[in-house]
Amino acid sequence: MRREPPKTAADYAPLAFPALMLTLFFVVPFSIMIAVSFFRRDPAGFYKPDFVLDNYARFLTAFFGSVLGFSLMLAVLVALCCVAIGFPFTYLLTRCARRVQTVWLVCLLSVLSLSEVIIGFSWSTLFSRTAGITNIFVALGLMDEPVALLPSFGAVLTGMVYQALPYTILVLYPALVRLDPTLLEAARTLGASPVRAFFNVVVPALRNSIVATLIMVFVFALGSYLLPQILGRPQHWTLSVLITDQAIYQSNMPFAAAMAVFLVLISLALVGLTLLIGRREEAS
Amino acid sequence: MSGLSIDAVTKQFGDFRAVDDVSLSVPHGTFVCLLGPSGCGKTTLLRMIAGLEEPTSGTIALDGADITGVPTHRRNFGMVFQSLALFPHLSVGDNISYALRIRGASKQEQRKRVEDLLALIHLPGFADRPVAKLSGGQRQRVAIARALALSPKLFLLDEPLSALDAKLREAMQVELRQLQQRLGITTIVVTHDQREAMTMADLVVVMGSGRILQAAPPIEIYRRPADAFVAGFIGITNLLPADADGAGRTMVLGHAVPGLKLPAGMAKASLSVRPEDVRIVAPGAGALDGTVTFVRDLGGTIETFVQTGGTTIMAVATPRERPDVSVGQQVGIALPPESCVVLKS
Repeated sequence: MRREPPKTAADYAPLAFPALMLTLFFVVPFSIMIAVSFFRRDPAGFYKPDFVLDNYARFLTAFFGSVLGFSLMLAVLVALCCVAIGFPFTYLLTRCARRVQTVWLVCLLSVLSLSEVIIGFSWSTLFSRTAGITNIFVALGLMDEPVALLPSFGAVLTGMVYQALPYTILVLYPALVRLDPTLLEAARTLGASPVRAFFNVVVPALRNSIVATLIMVFVFALGSYLLPQILGRPQHWTLSVLITDQAIYQSNMPFAAAMAVFLVLISLALVGLTLLIGRREEAS
Repeated sequence: MSGLSIDAVTKQFGDFRAVDDVSLSVPHGTFVCLLGPSGCGKTTLLRMIAGLEEPTSGTIALDGADITGVPTHRRNFGMVFQSLALFPHLSVGDNISYALRIRGASKQEQRKRVEDLLALIHLPGFADRPVAKLSGGQRQRVAIARALALSPKLFLLDEPLSALDAKLREAMQVELRQLQQRLGITTIVVTHDQREAMTMADLVVVMGSGRILQAAPPIEIYRRPADAFVAGFIGITNLLPADADGAGRTMVLGHAVPGLKLPAGMAKASLSVRPEDVRIVAPGAGALDGTVTFVRDLGGTIETFVQTGGTTIMAVATPRERPDVSVGQQVGIALPPESCVVLKS
């Protein structure tokens, strides 16, 4: 079915409500935040309207630079882990019987109903010395005595991957379900082993879906705020944690706003770069 | 023995028996068409030959060596899929050379082979084009070239021409047959189009409900179908009930057909008479009389439908031998006994 492009103002009418809501709850607050990032902090009160670049200048210190670097690294790592686990899993899932697929998808959806707080504290229990999984390893004779696996980077990574994995699978699922299974069979008749055919044919054929999923999980992980605090040490805290700290505990709204704007710009730049590289590869 | 031999192969999907005790032997260089309605098991049989499905029981052997348990990627059979399954992210040349790349052939070797194959399929200079920019017929040829890249021992095609329009399909049938003859490669094609099978095959295997109903050269299947199903599936036929009257005569629709004998001990039978064998004669001059209900003049051929004894008999004639009949006219129908095929009813 082909639709006519909208022409008159009346054709655009259904857009009015979402446009209004977006303006009211996204464009306006975001603009205020950008404005505040140039304001001057007032230690006695809140902030004074002004136009200073101090907030951005302060950001260019080694400390904030390293926190930003860590946040980006963590988000990239979470995205890579999620796709590395989620893609083969989803591929195998789409090859299962309908009933099996439904059960798995319902289970994954139910994970989404868990709040970040519950996920965080559940993992902190699982990684603890007194009640954690190491007790099972001890019972199995794999370890001599239970140890605490947190706070640590591995714990942060595990928690965040766990949280993002259902989204990864749900985004990849439609693309993999639509994949023509004869592509893989064709590769096999041409002499590729099943594993080789998977990497030679399935992965490249779905490159766009994989890139889109990586970007989605990256952005999702970049905003992570609770899990690094519950499962990690202070050096594992992300920029989001620092922004909250500045905004709420230090009452330095302009600096928090500047950091938030900076984070958005960096994320947009990285996403843009990924898309640009993808397009150039496609053209060549 | 030399060639492909399929021995008592059965494939069960749950309660459904897709292929039921099929045995077939295909000598080297033969062009075989597996023909049948959808769901008759022909594609499943082809996929078992390719190694994409495992037989529930039975063996498949090539040149005397059992290949039943050999995985697909070690069989070295070329296969063209109904969807063609060209790799969308690769160029035409990279699609064709994929099998060579997997075997670690050198770049020059790959380029040489791609050029040769593109010349073979009449698409020279197409190596660098993206697959998405090709027309249906071109994609078809590329899929064929890709399957032939390693000079396979067996060339398998699953409804390869079904996506093409009628005119292109007819041209590709001829081209595919000529290609097969030039290469002398053993080829097995799955199709539901009897015209396609008649055009290309040395051996037509008619399947129904998972079994082989008849395996014979196409003209033999057309002239001497094994049963009413085969007769109806290959070409158009008039199926008429016939019975012996006990006095040595054979009655068709209540009239005796002189010169027609049912085999000894057979009291009732079905008679298959091809429309081009039915003669329209003056009333009373043939075995049956009837009324012309419709005349379809297609220019090249004229089809005449005659109503008699509750059934409609179709006769086909060329304009040169055009019977001068019109709708509503009373005519006689002559059934030459030598062109009547007696089938068990």
